Amino acid sequence: MGNNISRKDFLKVVGATTAVSAIALSSCKSDNYTKETTYSLGDIPKDQMTYRINHNTNDKVSILGYGMMRLPFKDDVIDQEMVNKLVDYAMEHGVNYYDTSPVYCRGNSEVSTGIALSRHPRNKYFLATKLSNFAPQFWSREASIKMYHDSFEKLQTNYFDYYLLHSVGNGSKGLSGWDTFQKRYIENGIIDFVQEERKAGRIRNLGFSFHGDQRVIEWLLDNHDKYHWDFVQIEMNYVDWEHAHDLSASNVNADYLYKRLTDLNIPVVIMEPLLGGRLANLPDVLANSLKQRTPQNSVASWAFRFVGTYPNVLTVLSGMTYMEHLQDNLRTYCPLQPCSNEELKLLMDIANQYLKYPIIPCTACQYCMPCPYGIDIPTNFSFYNKCVNEGSIVDNPQSADFRRARRRFLIEYNRQLEADRQVEHCIGCNQCLSHCPQHINIPQQLGRINEIVEKLKQNV
Amino acid sequence: MLRKLRILLATVSFILITLLFLDFTGTIHAWFGWMAKLQMVPAMLASSIVIIIAIAIITILFGRIYCSVICPLGIYQDGIAHIAEKRKKNRYRFRQSKKYRYFIALAFFLLIAFEFTSVAIFIEPYSIFGRIASNIFSPIYRLINNVLAYFAERWNSYAFYHVDVYIKSLPIFIISIAYFLIITILAFVKGRWYCNNICPVGALLGCLSRFSVFKLHFNTEKCNSCGLCEKNCRCSAIDAKNHIIDYSKCVMCFNCVSGCKRGAMEYSAKPKSFANKENSEHLENSERTGKTSRKTFITTIATLAAASTIKAQEKVVDGGLATIEKKKAPKRETPIKPAGSVSLENFSSRCTGCQLCVQACPNDVLRASSKLETFMQPEMSYERGYCRPECTKCSEVCPAGAIIKVTREQKTAIQIGHAVWIGQNCVPLRDGVACGNCAKHCPSGSITMMPYDPEDEASPKIPIINEERCIGCGACEHVCPARPFSAIFVEGNLIHKEV
Repeated sequence: MGNNISRKDFLKVVGATTAVSAIALSSCKSDNYTKETTYSLGDIPKDQMTYRINHNTNDKVSILGYGMMRLPFKDDVIDQEMVNKLVDYAMEHGVNYYDTSPVYCRGNSEVSTGIALSRHPRNKYFLATKLSNFAPQFWSREASIKMYHDSFEKLQTNYFDYYLLHSVGNGSKGLSGWDTFQKRYIENGIIDFVQEERKAGRIRNLGFSFHGDQRVIEWLLDNHDKYHWDFVQIEMNYVDWEHAHDLSASNVNADYLYKRLTDLNIPVVIMEPLLGGRLANLPDVLANSLKQRTPQNSVASWAFRFVGTYPNVLTVLSGMTYMEHLQDNLRTYCPLQPCSNEELKLLMDIANQYLKYPIIPCTACQYCMPCPYGIDIPTNFSFYNKCVNEGSIVDNPQSADFRRARRRFLIEYNRQLEADRQVEHCIGCNQCLSHCPQHINIPQQLGRINEIVEKLKQNV
Repeated sequence: MLRKLRILLATVSFILITLLFLDFTGTIHAWFGWMAKLQMVPAMLASSIVIIIAIAIITILFGRIYCSVICPLGIYQDGIAHIAEKRKKNRYRFRQSKKYRYFIALAFFLLIAFEFTSVAIFIEPYSIFGRIASNIFSPIYRLINNVLAYFAERWNSYAFYHVDVYIKSLPIFIISIAYFLIITILAFVKGRWYCNNICPVGALLGCLSRFSVFKLHFNTEKCNSCGLCEKNCRCSAIDAKNHIIDYSKCVMCFNCVSGCKRGAMEYSAKPKSFANKENSEHLENSERTGKTSRKTFITTIATLAAASTIKAQEKVVDGGLATIEKKKAPKRETPIKPAGSVSLENFSSRCTGCQLCVQACPNDVLRASSKLETFMQPEMSYERGYCRPECTKCSEVCPAGAIIKVTREQKTAIQIGHAVWIGQNCVPLRDGVACGNCAKHCPSGSITMMPYDPEDEASPKIPIINEERCIGCGACEHVCPARPFSAIFVEGNLIHKEV
């Protein structure tokens, strides 16, 4: 979520943008070395957005979709003024798909999205929200239907363009993904209820978003004749393409899912095109090898071009917290330049190398939070990942730089996290386990970080 | 010349000793930790015969140089008096030496000899300064550091890092402010009044300095009895009219030597001309009630204000996170003392309560006791951290032998206390979740998680403590998720054991 991106990161983004624009400007001067590109870091064209057609309803959907999960926060509440600005800017540049959920941003995303979008004509954008009945108290038919109705009110609309069964395949406390799915949608008859609502026209496109248990998606697709899914939302990026299963044994590779859905002629909506931002912040070596090829373009742009290259992709959701995120994505998609075969091969190679880094596949979605014992799980993971990317984890006291690196690591850790939020306070109660859509063994990973921290502390 | 040398040495020694109390990185200690060990009473408590003899010899040869160059409280008073003298010159006058100071000194040394140290330390000069430095100067120093750390963080620098500023013990904090005010005001108004009237070290060295080889002498041939020397003597030790110097009070500041316009004050082994021996009648002072200047008042208030904002500096919790209740210290039957203290008795009979170890502790474990019988002497508690087995900082800095130096290896085998389990707080029983964080972090491996019900393998697992192996470091207490009171806490040992 927005407030978890620290000011420092923000400054880095700004810094990087400035640096990039400096490069672009300087390259304009020397004609000999400038390649002609359709990209420019000057004005972002307002009429160049790439669109995809949804063959079910003939919606002309922008390839860039706005994910309302990581909205900017200010003083602990959503910065509505900024959200309005971002949405206006996105609309102006042709973004017409907005994806929210009743649980995003501590439950405030729908209201905020409603406020921002209701300032625009309803027929100018497509609205997507979800039935996020995760907690057992929402499993009853009444509670689920109430959640559905509340969304209308919060989003100030009387129809949804896209409606999703949220995160099917994900388990909940003590239940497998399959059993949870049964409880949330089958046993309470909700799956039939939403069919009715589609018939009534209040849902124009019905679909689901998928994480985890493969049995669930297979069952849903096997019954496609019965349910007629208008679209399906999956996690797809150049790492998950062939390696989702390597990142976590219970995840399904994106290449399989994409092909399966394409065979059924179901449009695909993409989530986590950046793996929760991690593909914008690759280990230095990998980032440099991408930047070297297109110095003007951000590292993130590669990930967006990758998913955009696949024609059955309807839209690519990006949770853009800052204007700079939005602008960078607009530059990538106005218009989209699909990856060449050679570039796709390069990205597969990057993905292979990426897996060798012991990075924790956290997307900072905050589903695990708040930890009842106070640990700030996503910040601990992002701190660790940042250290891996920078290669700043030292383990050899004999190395020349050890003392300095140790000091930096421990000071930085204390700067990022209050003492009570640090890993040593994780008691391994495992309550977070079932919440993670990435199926990270959170306590185990926190334990791994604790060992690193503890080792460094002991080496006085 | 002599005065300048004194000022130079005093300044250097004062800055270094003060830095010992301020520096939290341990850098100054590595180089100048010995400075604290030169202090008279700590040296006595640590039975450092060499240092005591050296101080005695120096005093017999040259007078109470210790008081003007080594004692930080003395130098501090000199500094304050110096400021006062700028506002009003020639402010002192000779006063008859008070006999009661020898009784105070006698009582002091008897109390120490019979191990009532915790009573005696109320008037001990070095630890008074330590308490002022650690409770008043140190928070200011840390706040400045935190401002620098704030900018360092923004500039991605690691030169400074944030440290918590908080009141470690309220009673000690209040007492230190009282000491600070009293000493500062007395020094401002009456010069070295404390040294002349209260200080047991001053009285003891005064007995020696009466007979010191090198002394100050009036050159009666040159002296015109203008009285400038008397009026500038912070110790009120000079009777200019009668050419008498009270050598038991003189601390060799040499202000009279450089202040005399006729060069009539000489520092030498033998007087060139004999001073008038007759004792003049002591003049009772009539006026000079001494008002605190507005400036001092304002600075004092400012210091107080700075100190009272300490609590507000603590970071507030983010909204997206579960609120965490702060830990509270459990009631311990026996206080925990650091490894190297040997026993509770040894510790309390030697500790001067100077707070040097409290300042040096990087884990926020040590704080001054507010219990009557061990008042101001440090004890341990684990709310903010635990006594990391690899850290031996407090044992390195203690000048008084209350904490004897131990190595890392020795420390890991010293049992300073033992863990005690409180079932009703334990999270597996209370919240019904798996835990075991105490067992996971125990450095001596003395905690095992076992099923609560021996008959039922599936029942919640609770910590079983092997008290024989436990060293009392408090890792378990610190990482225990139960708040405000941990479900496992350390009870101190009267006598530290080897494990």
